[in-house]
Amino acid sequence: MTAIVEEILAGDKRATGNADMMLQNAEWAAATFARFDRKRVEAIARATADVAYAHAGALAEAAVKETGFGVTAHKKIKNELTSRGLFELYAKEDYCSARIKSELKMVELPRPAGIVFALTPSTNPVCSVYYKVLMALFTRNAIILSPHPMAKECSTRAAKLMAAAAEEAGAPIGIIQVIEQPNLPLIDYVMKSPRVSVILATGGTPMVRSAYSSGNPAIGVGPGNAPVLVDDSADVIEAAKRIVTSKAFDNSILCTNESVVLAVESIADRLLQALKSAGAYVAKPEEVVALRDLLFGKGSFNIAVLGKSAVEIGALIGLRLPAQTQIILAEIDRIGIDEPLSKEKLCPVLGFLRVPHAQAGITQARALIRLSGAGHSAAIHSKHAPTILKYGAAVKALRVVVNAPCSLGAAGYGTHLAPAFTIGTGFFGSSAIGENVGPQHLINWTRIAYNDDPKEAFGDFSGLDANAGGPALALGLEAPISLGRLQEGAEAAQDPLPLPHASHGTVDEVAILREEIRRMVLEELRGALRS
Amino acid sequence: MTELNQSPEKREFIAKSKTFWNPGKTQAWQDMGVDLVIDKREGYLLWDMDGRRLIDLHLNGGTYNIGHRHPELIEVLNRGMQRFDMGNHHFPNQGRTALAERLARICGGDMHYTMYASGGAEAIDIALKTARHATQRRKIVSIINAYHGHTGLAVAAGADRFKKIFLSEQPDDFIHVPFNDLNAMEDALKGKDVAALIMETIPATYGFPMPLPGYLKDVKKLCEKYGALYIADEVQTGLMRCGEMWGYQRYGIHPDMVVTGKGISGGMYPIACVVVREPYAGWLTQDGFAHMSTMGGAELGCLVAMKTLEILERPTMKPMVNYISETFRNGLHEIMGLYPDFFVGIRQCGLVMGLEFDYPEGAKPVMKHLYENGVWAIFSTLDPRVLQFKPGVLMTADLCAEVLERVERSIGLARADCLGTAKKSHRAA
Repeated sequence: MTAIVEEILAGDKRATGNADMMLQNAEWAAATFARFDRKRVEAIARATADVAYAHAGALAEAAVKETGFGVTAHKKIKNELTSRGLFELYAKEDYCSARIKSELKMVELPRPAGIVFALTPSTNPVCSVYYKVLMALFTRNAIILSPHPMAKECSTRAAKLMAAAAEEAGAPIGIIQVIEQPNLPLIDYVMKSPRVSVILATGGTPMVRSAYSSGNPAIGVGPGNAPVLVDDSADVIEAAKRIVTSKAFDNSILCTNESVVLAVESIADRLLQALKSAGAYVAKPEEVVALRDLLFGKGSFNIAVLGKSAVEIGALIGLRLPAQTQIILAEIDRIGIDEPLSKEKLCPVLGFLRVPHAQAGITQARALIRLSGAGHSAAIHSKHAPTILKYGAAVKALRVVVNAPCSLGAAGYGTHLAPAFTIGTGFFGSSAIGENVGPQHLINWTRIAYNDDPKEAFGDFSGLDANAGGPALALGLEAPISLGRLQEGAEAAQDPLPLPHASHGTVDEVAILREEIRRMVLEELRGALRS
Repeated sequence: MTELNQSPEKREFIAKSKTFWNPGKTQAWQDMGVDLVIDKREGYLLWDMDGRRLIDLHLNGGTYNIGHRHPELIEVLNRGMQRFDMGNHHFPNQGRTALAERLARICGGDMHYTMYASGGAEAIDIALKTARHATQRRKIVSIINAYHGHTGLAVAAGADRFKKIFLSEQPDDFIHVPFNDLNAMEDALKGKDVAALIMETIPATYGFPMPLPGYLKDVKKLCEKYGALYIADEVQTGLMRCGEMWGYQRYGIHPDMVVTGKGISGGMYPIACVVVREPYAGWLTQDGFAHMSTMGGAELGCLVAMKTLEILERPTMKPMVNYISETFRNGLHEIMGLYPDFFVGIRQCGLVMGLEFDYPEGAKPVMKHLYENGVWAIFSTLDPRVLQFKPGVLMTADLCAEVLERVERSIGLARADCLGTAKKSHRAA
């Protein structure tokens, strides 16, 4: 093909035309999937999660190689947690079956959203794909993923592996799709498509805002900037260990990571010592200046240090840190717009501010979140319930992690919060959802509600299948061939009729029998008519 | 009855159509209760000039396979026109070569060359001439009542209906055999004087009778045995309509030539093509000027065809065709269950479908009621018990559901017309 012909064919509509076909395919898949029963859905989700789990290590490595962010070993852990881990968690719930509430004279039917459009970030690429795909599968939704361009290779690989596994396990074709060449105009086009049911947006603020302004329902999350208060009742040694572990985890790439330690003066020196023993390097004042310049010299956070290790960051300001250094501590004297180091830092550089007492710490925590991270996460290390309660009530965070590492704790690991990699920042953070996002957010319920007059009896719904009957389901597997009945020679080579839909994954014996009888009756009737 | 609802403008227009265009055809449609004058069109929807909306399941034989006025085709045509026109057919030309290259890749094997026409019938003529040159034989075998278009050789290969009136029969050179009859086929070929067998993979105007299992494979073997070329007329069955790019792929055969038309134009710019295996394309080397066509392979048409093929080759296309054809199969079986004494069978190969009605000319009242209920599908001229049912490859789930709902209603009404409300009464057969 000559360059001129190629140029004419390229056109502006090629990418959107392609996307429209993906959406249309997803629409078909979703319509079928919505009629699957719990058992069939679980088998598909299990097979998909197993494949994801088996590739946790390889894809962790691929993600670090492609993006340069984070730590392979930690990404592997996250990939394992979001594959088999989430499967086991979600499998405990039922997002597919009707709930009969006799006492309320109500039947509740789960209704999948349809098509989930999921934006996934470069910072946590693979585990976000895993997490969003499993949420979609458990709720019988189709999902189209749009990975961050910096992580498109590993994200696409993850999505395709899962799609193949799901289809192999009986999912309708096209239930999991991925945009392999994402770009802003294309993402904008898909976000605004009337075919999209809900957007799951994890990414930068502009992306999340544009998801919300698309006109489609969106679940978006804002940035974090978690304060961590350590008061005089805390186990200082344990607190230090947890903070360092958390801040070092995947080089602080989770938006739930601690941003600034607020240390009550009476324990501050001890805490500093303990942090050092746990692997923190305490920067000297001139090094703090250099760090400030490195991280925020150009105004916004320097992407070049995002997810880099403490040792690598040290090297960038001319420091040769010991290899075992986990994080760098930068002592600052204020929180606010005039101290850039009090902003969100997706790298293992942790602010350290002394406060005279717990109440002052709470005030500073409020100030930190005023700067950014509203609705996100906060942590506290304390044994004093009144302080913890006060802290929780004062800071504009919707999850406050107590005596645990915040990175994973706020994401639901090591706490009883819902495990999630999309952290709802609620009304404080301009989001529709304030919880850790889970499958429950991807369905609505139809409520069949009876007259509350005792004279009107509630029906007997037990054992009924809401999805039984009706035509057989289209799975997108093969275009049928059949001869019809009037054609000569057709009798000898008749195809079996499609089985009526029974919604069960296993073969429904009763349905087959019923179909057999129907066929015999039809044959007889036709015979009678012909003679 | 419908005439009563016609606007004065439409009535006047139809009269004019009879005066200046084609009185016979125009009147025939009025007589069948179909007073359609297509005005606006978009996707799989048509609007009659009186504003009535119809879902298009006729697609003009697959011409509108990817829908009416596909936005990507409009774009490529607009862009193409900024630089090109039809081109000069004597010279090498960028669009034509690019399309030929793509077709060679799609068809695979040694199907290297593409010859161009401005329509399907002309393409059939080219294919038959090419076969005659390659084999140095004159005879052509085709199926009784076949349809291959209306030009000289194409019409001779088809049904009497279209050639007798124009005194265009060529009985010495054109032999017709029944479909699905291997013995008749062997009898026709065994004289070793046949240049080519030409057949539609599934004969359309015949009401889409399906090839019996193994039939096409055996026919191809017979062609090889007796030295005749196998020409697959894929005008209606190609371009993903059967679930693969070409219908013959569903039956596991490799033809010597493929003819494609209608859908390849996207309904936007006339073009048709013959793709031929390298060993049989001799005349292109011996005398490249031997066949010419000013408008055949017009450069703008080539651009549109390339875009059409690009759309059809997208990985999302095949599952979509599967979904649509599975959905119609399943949904129509439900409807058959409701009217088992009238709607008795479905002939299907993907989106190429024929609905069988066990009543003489039963598809005609179905067509009429469908038309009144907002669906346009046409009966089979040569077997009017069968309704041609041809959904497009890009139909949405919602539109398919709407079609099934309208089809159920219309078949019920047609059944009442034919059989009355009491079963078995007023049966003519």
